[in-house]
This record gives sequence, structure tokens and C-alpha cells, in this order.
Amino acid sequence: MDESWTRAKGVFATLAGPPVVWLVAFFLIPLGIIWAFSFGENASLTQIAINGTFSNYAHAIKPLYLGIILKSFWFAALTTVLCLVVGFPVAVAITFASEKTKAWLLLLIMLPFWTNLLIRTYALMAVLRTEGYINFTLGFLWNGVAHLAALFGYHAPAFTPLELLHNNFAVVFGLVYVQLPFMVLPLYAALDRLDRSLLEASLDLGAGQLTTFARVVVPMAMPGIVSGVLVTLIPSIGAYLTPDLLGGPSSQMIANVIERQFKTANDWPFGAALSFLLMYMTFVAIAVQAMLARGRRSARA
Amino acid sequence: MTAVAVARKAPPGPLEYLRRWPIQAWLVAVAFFLYAPLITLIAFSFNDSRRNIVWRGFTLKYYAQTFADSDLIAAFGNSLTIAAVSTAVSVALGALTALLLWRFKFPGKPALEGALALPIVVPEICMGVAMLVFFTQVMPWPTTLIWPLNLGAIIISHISFSFSFVAIVIRGRLASFNRELEEAARDLGAGEWRIFWDVIMPHMRPGLVAGALLAFTLSLDDFVITFFTSGPDTTTFPVKVYSMVRFSVTPEVNAASTILIVLTVALTAIALRLQGADVARAEMGEGL
Repeated sequence: MDESWTRAKGVFATLAGPPVVWLVAFFLIPLGIIWAFSFGENASLTQIAINGTFSNYAHAIKPLYLGIILKSFWFAALTTVLCLVVGFPVAVAITFASEKTKAWLLLLIMLPFWTNLLIRTYALMAVLRTEGYINFTLGFLWNGVAHLAALFGYHAPAFTPLELLHNNFAVVFGLVYVQLPFMVLPLYAALDRLDRSLLEASLDLGAGQLTTFARVVVPMAMPGIVSGVLVTLIPSIGAYLTPDLLGGPSSQMIANVIERQFKTANDWPFGAALSFLLMYMTFVAIAVQAMLARGRRSARA
Repeated sequence: MTAVAVARKAPPGPLEYLRRWPIQAWLVAVAFFLYAPLITLIAFSFNDSRRNIVWRGFTLKYYAQTFADSDLIAAFGNSLTIAAVSTAVSVALGALTALLLWRFKFPGKPALEGALALPIVVPEICMGVAMLVFFTQVMPWPTTLIWPLNLGAIIISHISFSFSFVAIVIRGRLASFNRELEEAARDLGAGEWRIFWDVIMPHMRPGLVAGALLAFTLSLDDFVITFFTSGPDTTTFPVKVYSMVRFSVTPEVNAASTILIVLTVALTAIALRLQGADVARAEMGEGL
């Protein structure tokens, strides 16, 4: 394994050529252009002058946009916490299920994850809208209760549907719906590797289920928790479709602002700066995870 | 029989969490949360009512309307074409990448590995706008080309985000290759190509299939990146559905979505079946 490239230069060039050329031409160059644009200005309607200005970044941290960036982060953090709370018991149940049940439960979690994101978001629109299934059910119950109340001479007001769609609640609800499998799978992977005899020892020695959970399971599952948090947090910060379809005017996230700069507002340099701020946030999150992982490894050594 | 009955009645063991009712209730609630929206979506595609909230009887008319909608069918054809071409190229590029990283050590290897991880971690929106700018400023893709050449910009973008995933899958498969087979072939006088085709390739094949299915699903699923690279004449199925769902919930969208759900679930089932068979074969091979 790991033959030196000088031993078979022809083979090396054949293998390396196409992927490297593709990666540079159709991935790194496009990203590089966006990066360059983030230091430029609109010179005319179609020309962008790249003059090394930081004005786009300065613009991006004005209160209006900083607020949107912080809100994106807040939505993503809330989504991550909710996914962790909802997903942990599921991961525990999968881990300690019999082999056959385990396969079915994993399929249960992963099937929605393979369904198109747009379709899942659309399905939520049908559930949450004012004439959607939740409001229909609530209205039905309300009318039932009102009929009953009318028998006793009390006239209840007509049912007013709850506003569940096009607000911040819908965005977080949608993000949790979409991201939950991403959280459960790494948690399960970490819990599955866990040494069960330690749990049994803890329970045998008199610690309750909750103490065992807090002092044994959670510390040992920490790598899985961290990677679950990461794979939930990163796509949530940059989510476009969920806030676009489920959110209202005040629940726009950073990706929606970026889209607007490129598609309607035609301020590409500013959109480019916002894109790179989002990328930097992603890289910081990954770096933090790498540092945590290294810290744990050296602590154990 | 009695033993089973007794075992069922015994209180759950300390680690049998699945037999505790709070965990069971939690699982049922999560399954309801995940599936109720999708199941109602599918069920109401057969509902004979435009309001789409009360059940008014079974109908297939929305499927008939979906199939009669030539724009939607064209978008569906585009999606399948894009997925097929981008899968073929992604598998080729992914296989080359995997073989390169598996076989050689060379200066710049960590940098290349890092660069290959980028398409996986970069937020979709960033990649979408990068592709938009690239295909308007640097390499404007002629939209007047005949079909399917006019889909080039979308296909290129899809390959760029899929082939790293494919490379990871194939590299994982190659890790289990026994290098002695390659050395034996070399000793017996086989050339590079012969070794690749007759020795490495048969081992790599399940990885290629799994990678291909992954690339196909990724391409079929993608909305955000396609949204930025598609034009008025080059819409894909998700982009078309997006324009339909933006303002209203209609039974036609339910029908179109159901078709796509069935397609992805079928593909996934095939992938699982193949990978399951692959694992089984690998275990048997080790047994020999």
C-alpha cells in the first residue's frame, strides 16, 4: 500500500489527471471567483470591479444583516438542541434493540431522509397551513366541544385557525423534521460501539438509569453527539428551502438573503461576501469539532 | 411456547430499553412525526377533491393530469437525463480518485483530500451561487443547444458535488482489497491495465454500484444547486415542483411528489439489496 507516485508515473498521471482537473475547473475556480467578488464592487450593470474593498463585509455586519446571521445561527442551534432531545432516546432504542428490529428501526429513520427535501417541505406545508390537517383536526374537535357546550346553553365562538405556517415556528419545525435523521445516525453509530458491560456495571453498582445515562452513556457517546451536532448545525445554518417555503417575511435566513442578492437585488459582491461568511462559519464549526476530537484523544492517551 | 410466554411477561432487563413503555411511546411519536406528513401527502394524491383536506373518494385523475402536463413530463425527463449522465461521469471520476488515493502516496495528498472534502461540507447555497456566477461570467453555457446538450451546466454542477461522495464509497470498498492478489498478478506477468481490469475491477464493482446509486439519488434530489444553474428551458423536476408549490397546495403536486417518492424509495431498496448481497458475499468469501 501507499506506493510512491514516482514508481508508476504514467498510471499516477492517468488516475490523478481527470479528477484534479475537474475539481479545479468546476469547483475551486467557481468558489475562487465568488471569493474574489466578495472584495469587489458593482462597476456597471454587468461589470464587477474587484478592487480589494472590504465594504461588502462591512455591509454584511450592519445591524440588519448581522441580525439575520445571528437569527440563522439561533434557528440552527435551536433545531440542533431539539433534534438532540428528540433523537437521543431513538438512538438508544435502536442501539439496544435485537438485530432484526434494529434493521427495521434504522430503515424507519432513514427512509424519510432519502425522500426529496422539497417534497418533505411541501408535505409540511399541507400539514401546517391554515386549512391544513392540524387546523382541520383542531376545528373538528372545537366544533364537537362547542356542540356539547351549546347543549348546556353556552355558545362558543367560531373556531379561528391557528397561524402555524409562514412564521418562525414553522421554520424550526421544518428544520427539525428535515434534520432529525442526520442527528440520529451518528448518535446510533457512537452508542453502538459503547461497551455495554460498563453500563451493566454502573446499574449493578446501584446507579439509577438517569445517573448511568448522565455519567456513563453521555460522556462515552460524546464523539457521536459532537458529530451529530455538527451535521445538524451546518446544513441548518445554510438552509434555503425551509425558511423560503415555511417562513414568513421575518423568518428569512442567511441563505435567502444570499439568493436575493444573486437573483433579484443583483448585488453579487455583497451576496458573495455573505456566502463566504457562511463558509467561514462552517469551517469554524468543523475546526472546533476537530480540536475537540484531538483534545479527547490526547486526554485518553 | 410456554418459555416464550414467560419471557414476554418477565419485566424488561436493565438494558432492554425497547421494552419500556416510555421509549416505545417516544418511538411511536417520532415515527408519527416523520411519516404522517408523507403518508397524508401520498393518500391525498388519490383524493377526489380540490380542497384536498376531506376525503371525497378515490381517483386517479390527478395522475392523469400530471402525465398530461407536458412541462412537468419534460422536467422529469430532464431530471432523469441529468441524473444518468452525472452518475456515469461521477462514478468514473470517483473511481479514479479512489484508486489514486488508495494506491499512491504523493506530495500534496492531504491537500487533495481536503479539497475533495469541500464539495461535501460547503453549504449548498454557496455552491449554487458559485456555479451561477461561473456559468454566467466565465463559461456561459449556450442555452440554444439541442436537448440534452443544453443541460450541460446543470450536469457539470451535479458531477462537481457528487463525485467526492462516490470516491468515498469506492475507497471504502477498496480498503478491503487483498494486495497480494495484485502482486500475484504482477508476478505472473500481467500489465497495469490487465491487473486493473481482471483483478481490481471485480473487487471494486459493488462499490461502483453503490456509488452510482448514491450519485443518482443526490442528483435527483438536488434543488438548491440546480435552482441556480437552470434556465427557463432547462428546468428539472424539483425546480418545476418548486414553482408549483410556492403558492399553493394542490392535488397535482401531491401526485407528482408521490411518483418521485416511489422512484427514490425503489432505488434505495435496490441499493440496500445490492449492498446487503455484497456484505453477504464478502462474509462468505472470508469464510472460504
